[in-house]
Amino acid sequence: MNITELTVHELQEKLKNKELTISEITKAYVDRINEKEKDVQAFVTTLTEEATKQSEEIEEKINSGEIKGEFAGIPIGIKDNMCTKGVKTTCSSKMLENFIAPYDATAVKKINEENIINLGKLNMDEFAMGGSTEHSYFHKTYNPWNLNKVPGGSSGGSAAAVAANMVPWALGSDTGGSIRQPASFCGVVGLKPTYGLVSRYGLVAFASSLDQIGPITKDVRDSAMLLNIITGHDEMDTTSANIEKKDYTKALKKDVKGMKIGVPKEFYGEGVQPEVEEKIKAALEEYKKLGAEIVEISLDVAEYSLATYYIIACAEASSNLGRFDGVRYTHRAKDYNGLWDLYKKSRSEAFGDEVKRRIILGTYVLSSGYYDAYYKKAQQVRTLVMNKFNEAFGKCDVIITPTSPTTAFDIGGKLNDPLSMYKADICTVSVNITGLPGISVPCGVDNDGMPIGMQIIGNRFEEEKILNAAYAYEQVEKFRENHKPTFKK
Amino acid sequence: MQVSKEQILHIANLARLNLKEDEVEEYLKNLDEILNFANIINNAPTEDLGITIGSNEEKNVFRKDEVKIFEDRDALLENAPSKENNMFKVPKII
Repeated sequence: MNITELTVHELQEKLKNKELTISEITKAYVDRINEKEKDVQAFVTTLTEEATKQSEEIEEKINSGEIKGEFAGIPIGIKDNMCTKGVKTTCSSKMLENFIAPYDATAVKKINEENIINLGKLNMDEFAMGGSTEHSYFHKTYNPWNLNKVPGGSSGGSAAAVAANMVPWALGSDTGGSIRQPASFCGVVGLKPTYGLVSRYGLVAFASSLDQIGPITKDVRDSAMLLNIITGHDEMDTTSANIEKKDYTKALKKDVKGMKIGVPKEFYGEGVQPEVEEKIKAALEEYKKLGAEIVEISLDVAEYSLATYYIIACAEASSNLGRFDGVRYTHRAKDYNGLWDLYKKSRSEAFGDEVKRRIILGTYVLSSGYYDAYYKKAQQVRTLVMNKFNEAFGKCDVIITPTSPTTAFDIGGKLNDPLSMYKADICTVSVNITGLPGISVPCGVDNDGMPIGMQIIGNRFEEEKILNAAYAYEQVEKFRENHKPTFKK
Repeated sequence: MQVSKEQILHIANLARLNLKEDEVEEYLKNLDEILNFANIINNAPTEDLGITIGSNEEKNVFRKDEVKIFEDRDALLENAPSKENNMFKVPKII
């Protein structure tokens, strides 16, 4: 049995049947990290020693009957922008290189309450700004399917670690596609929940009206299970939705009879890699066989969404990142002349290139004389995009698009062309603008063997429908049985 | 060029960033390209549409204004690059 290839629900089954012990599982993952991390470099901080110790303690407590719990002893990896008490939270930035949060993020607290074992903090684009994880201050992360390709981003470390079997599942965050796009590039499942479903307390803010934490997993069942753990109303986040907690695994049905799937023609064609379009069209044929009805719809807002997204996200970021002032969060420049100089020098030397670019863009669109033309107009376009999606959901239950117009690109391929990097987010950003839930599931590979992701978008708080659609398709596609990362160079 | 060198230096100052000469050139070029692209929102039919600041429906969430003691003050101050007497320390301002 190859332990690290198992999904979490398979691990649970083996634990239940006493075929495996908790310490055996942790040991298998620690060994796997020791073997693969040098090639993939998915972590900022590994906690292998701590995890080993914790696994023994949890095992003892379970044996003595002190604790129970269906997830006790299951390992996880956490994106390095979620606060973990006592363990560094760097956001892959020099600014927070030595920052140790004095509290746990709510999502992390919920993980800890289940006695899930944290194997480490995962690499990302600095402050979650980017789509390739090349903007990490520490190091790049490499795509397990081809080590010359990017894993996507910004949750590239999370997606690559899951794909490389270094963690069984991981938490990521998604502001404009940062869970779904790396999941697509790495052949795993990534879910961005409805805005407000998962508390953002303790998630280092990038764009507060768009950010959302979600699961990155090997399959759809694990996605539903991890979502079950992290959802729930939280007083510490005023945008947290006060709705009843659901069991999302109940939505995992093998058919989609009567489901109407909307296909927006504007998300296909020009700019979309032919194999991506081909595989998604093939998936739509599978859906017909599973009982769904395909409805062609129009959503002529993709480009407006992208422009609006970058205006709003950068505006919010320029404000959110104001707190990094050289006073409270570990980094301070060595020599300075007065307070202003301290601010400027500390920020200029500790923020990376992409972060500075976005702060400048965000400050520009908020500045006197440009606010109405850019920021206010973008907020109006946001209303327009929401109206268009509301109209679309009058005609269908879920919407299917590519997750990304292309498969993973080469390392360095878009690094010197920020606009081209931004344009790769065209299929994912409207989901953040509207606050809707979206899931990316693998639907095949391209001619070079790189995974292709299909995005399923649902209406607000209708995670069940997208999970149902994703699960039903996964049972016939059997991606994990047919395709595996090769770690080729 | 939509943005001048003076403007970008003004913006950088507002954002408390120092830009090196080569950064000024690069960011000017980037900003120009990105704003040129972003200008497509001017074609969006938004007449009579209100603004959206967030996607959730709740507007104001109130709680009691109570003082709560954060227990782990030491852990918080542990992150201060400079501190004195349990406080963050900054250079003299007045």
